[in-house]
Amino acid sequence: MALLQISEPGQAPDPHQRRVAVGIDLGTTHSLVAAVRNGVAECLPDAQGRVILPSAVRYLDAERRQIGFDAIAARAQDPANTITSVKRLMGRGLADIAHRDAMSYGLVDADGMVKVRTVAGAKSPVEISADILATLRYRAEDTFDDDVHGAVITVPAYFDEGQRQATKDAAQLAGLNVLRLISEPTAAAIAYGLDNASEGVYAVYDLGGGTFDISILRLTQGVFEVIATGGDSALGGDDYDHALASAVAARAGRVASDDSDRAALLVAARAVKEALTDADVAPFVAALGDTELRVDVTRAQFDDATRTLTDRTIVAVRKALRDAKLKPDDLQGIVLVGGSTRMPQVREAVAAFFGRPPLTNLNPDEVVALGAAIQANQLAGNSGAGDLLLLDVIPLSLGIETMGGLVERIVPRNQTIPTAMAQDFTTYKDGQTALALHVVQGERDLVADCRSLARFELRGIPPMSAGAARIRVTFTVDADGLLSVAAKEQGSGVEASVTVKPSYGLSDDQIATMLQESFSTAQEDMQARALVEARVDADRMLMATQSALEVDGALLSADERSRIDTLMQSLRDARSSSDAAVVEAATKALAEGTEAFAAQRMNHGIARALSGRQIESL
Amino acid sequence: MNLQDTDFELFGVSPTFAQDRAVLDARWKELQREAHPDRFASQGAAAQRIAMQWSVRVNEAYQRLKDPVRRAGYLCELNGAPIRAEDNTAMPGDFLMQQMEWRESLDDASDVGEIDGLQATVDAARARALSSLDWLIDEKGDFVAASQQVRALMFIERFAQDVEAKADALGQ
Repeated sequence: MALLQISEPGQAPDPHQRRVAVGIDLGTTHSLVAAVRNGVAECLPDAQGRVILPSAVRYLDAERRQIGFDAIAARAQDPANTITSVKRLMGRGLADIAHRDAMSYGLVDADGMVKVRTVAGAKSPVEISADILATLRYRAEDTFDDDVHGAVITVPAYFDEGQRQATKDAAQLAGLNVLRLISEPTAAAIAYGLDNASEGVYAVYDLGGGTFDISILRLTQGVFEVIATGGDSALGGDDYDHALASAVAARAGRVASDDSDRAALLVAARAVKEALTDADVAPFVAALGDTELRVDVTRAQFDDATRTLTDRTIVAVRKALRDAKLKPDDLQGIVLVGGSTRMPQVREAVAAFFGRPPLTNLNPDEVVALGAAIQANQLAGNSGAGDLLLLDVIPLSLGIETMGGLVERIVPRNQTIPTAMAQDFTTYKDGQTALALHVVQGERDLVADCRSLARFELRGIPPMSAGAARIRVTFTVDADGLLSVAAKEQGSGVEASVTVKPSYGLSDDQIATMLQESFSTAQEDMQARALVEARVDADRMLMATQSALEVDGALLSADERSRIDTLMQSLRDARSSSDAAVVEAATKALAEGTEAFAAQRMNHGIARALSGRQIESL
Repeated sequence: MNLQDTDFELFGVSPTFAQDRAVLDARWKELQREAHPDRFASQGAAAQRIAMQWSVRVNEAYQRLKDPVRRAGYLCELNGAPIRAEDNTAMPGDFLMQQMEWRESLDDASDVGEIDGLQATVDAARARALSSLDWLIDEKGDFVAASQQVRALMFIERFAQDVEAKADALGQ
């Protein structure tokens, strides 16, 4: 499949209408932004020509901050205000965080999600991530001298509902329109598969700075179908640093006494880890208090100190293959992604498990952002052909709590999204008029061992004898992997529903407040911004309707057609208004007025897919 | 074409137990190419919502068609012999005896070899039951007998899951 798309006449995106769509890899250690330019995906460099942005934010005071390389450079001297690896905190409570004693900055237990104590006050991981994302957004806007229309943001395949929602919140806070959240291994597979014109079943082994994913994908003619996924959202290169730092400190009989010591040990461990990729022995040098710790570390010692971590990844690989009902020999190849796969012991363990060397011909740091950029370009409608299709899965099972603290699974893991699944429940007491629903995620049988996502109540059930009510609970997971839950009593039609905002996530109000306070958007005139966005939406709607009419206008009666024409004209008129609300209302009217047409087009498209195929199979 | 069509109509295949998995896989992807929300990402909320409905429906049909036990259950239901697994658990005595023996062997199994042996036994029983379903549905059209066989297969599959869980626990 060609990366360079040749558009059909009349559908060619006018260069001035081409929308800037970017792919963002928001990583634990570093982040990147990429975009398709002249048909080729490439990572966008900063003014100094560097494509990598270290995922580090340093708070100088309430107003000022440093992001990226400047922040990293200050880590050893100002550890408490230099936040690295914030991705590990996303959507997490204090109790979930590993190595909290060895971290070089302070955590505060906040309502649900943990916060970081800084000179600028307690910062939510969502705000810190938004600073990183906004930096990348500005970089893209400077590169193209244009607004960013939308972004595809990657998340670890094994991220749960809360972690995904937190990522989406951060993007919103950074002023980004999220076209889609996609899994990092899937993004890597897109870049890899398109580059190598691959077909067959591949495993993507993605060991990043803080997360580990394994995905098994089938590639056929531009369709990327995830068969199974697994991993550990709290296992990555950071853990190798921590393991090495504590092994060296223990061997030398030294203890870190403050944040500075801890940061120094981690920085030294990371340097040794990187040096050992090519060397067999490397010096570990860290200033602890007034004295210097200096010892040589051999690769064998490093391997020993981290063996259990590497073994944990292989256990997850085995489980994913079992879920996919495949054996190592069934795979076409194994793709390594993530900077941590540079470690020789990781490559050796993967090669030993699969019985062949893994593929490493793409830059493991860039491949995720490149794949996300290709998908973003397509979602924004820039590549007319649309021959790329992702069929991703939900990584962890979703269910609800039943009697006795047990989990009733409603959507099993590795189910292709989007999906909707329902289960019937009943009342257990005579005259019961309300039912409390507790939504959880995880593979364990006990609610206490799973992650709690949301609680809501179905009220107003007519009093009946126990077991007579029929309450259908429907879980809907959208293409971003985000969940909404609805409950309906079948007899009376009483309904309740929630879009799951995890209990420890942020409310829409909190996001709105943060947006207003946020440094990254403070200088912008919010109203002007709203108007620009409303006009972009209006243009998008007009263009979409126009192209739908060109292709399938014949499906409409003269009456229907003239109604749509009128709505389009009203929107064109409203577009020049300086009131965002007027533009929005006209856009909404057109959207509602074309809903039936959209449904007809879909039926037509499905029928066409079938008839096209039936002719082929004759 | 509408959302209420049967899975077989949606996929354009004959309503029989025998199905070609490769055909189902290919049609699933063709339908998702038309219906997936990604195809409508820049076309507004209404188009997104309809695409989502269709995409969900196509996935639902695919899940049911590709799994032989669910496909058989669905055919029984379409032909007036619903499975009703939740309130119809009456099974022949010899089948239940065999289930109990399997459970005991599973409880006693302490190494990977024993689990593998048990897995082979279960796989063979499953294959036999499936081939009898093929005959009952496509040849005889006996949906009442077929629905009984589907219930038996549901027992076998649940047991197969427990075998797998134990294999996992033994660290295989």
